[in-house]
Amino acid sequence: MRLTVLTAVTAVILLAIITELLRRRQLREKYVVLWMAVGFIVVLVGFFPGLLNALARAVGVASGASLVLFLGVVFLLLVCIHLSWEASRLEEKTRTLAEEVALIREQLAERETVNDR
Amino acid sequence: MTDDQRVLIMIPAWNEAASIGDVVAEIRGELPEIDVLVIDDGSSDDTALAARQAGATVVRLPFNLGVGGARRLGFRYAKAHGYQVAVQIDADGQHDPRYVPKLIDGLQDVSLVIGARFAGEGDYRAGGPRRWAMIVLSFVLSKMAGQRLTDTTSGFRACDRSLIELFAEWYPVEYLGDTVETTVRVLRLGYKVKQVPVAMRQRFRGTPSKSPAKALIYLGRAFFSLVLAVTRR
Repeated sequence: MRLTVLTAVTAVILLAIITELLRRRQLREKYVVLWMAVGFIVVLVGFFPGLLNALARAVGVASGASLVLFLGVVFLLLVCIHLSWEASRLEEKTRTLAEEVALIREQLAERETVNDR
Repeated sequence: MTDDQRVLIMIPAWNEAASIGDVVAEIRGELPEIDVLVIDDGSSDDTALAARQAGATVVRLPFNLGVGGARRLGFRYAKAHGYQVAVQIDADGQHDPRYVPKLIDGLQDVSLVIGARFAGEGDYRAGGPRRWAMIVLSFVLSKMAGQRLTDTTSGFRACDRSLIELFAEWYPVEYLGDTVETTVRVLRLGYKVKQVPVAMRQRFRGTPSKSPAKALIYLGRAFFSLVLAVTRR
């Protein structure tokens, strides 16, 4: 039963960290929903390990632990892909901003040379 | 080349202070009626100063974006300032400005003119994987264009106003995207493309990469870029 205690404690700490980040406005809401959901699921599983085995049996997987491992890996992969996508979008946005900055700098320089004359 | 056309030569430059002045000065000397824009792609040396002193307009990016990013900025500038024709030239001096009028003349019947190295003029040679990549690229793109395009990775190009407007909105930032992918996209949108033979010179400074490992990576990236470009909507 040691593992169950460990999982439960981890889940509670996880939830606390998310709440604190949200409270300090360090985390956008769209990510909070996701991680809160994960936190709650881990808490549930931590405090009621029987749920997991029941679910595993229902979908035909031999043990609850394998099911958790599998779902965990899939979930983390999806999160990584999402973050790469997000980073690509942000790079495109910084690129556009950099271009705008360059154009504005040039206009400014132009204006200054006109004023100097 | 007609006189009422406003033409902009755009040169992306990243830490090219040693050669950019000569390149700009040569263009100004050969083609005094054409404006020159140098896109300083986040250089840490005196590229912008050298270009400005040689008579170019300079736009400076706050950090390095890579060739594709720098080129799109050039097209945005050209679009905003009402240029009818944009000519792309490299900062290392391998593109001879005396061919620019020839490229622009080519725009009378097509939208994009590529200055091609293997089409009869000059003595440029490439070997190994780099050569295979070029052969495959030119085969596929020639099929798409309906005419021979032998040097699809050439950065010596001229395009008309409709493509300036397209490229100001859309210009891939990826390596080789700026040459291969733009050509594919332009062809798929129904624009006409042709090549004009040009001679390439030795670079003023700097050495072209010769290592076989780099050439292989180049080959891989060229194919990747081509496959992406062709399968993309």
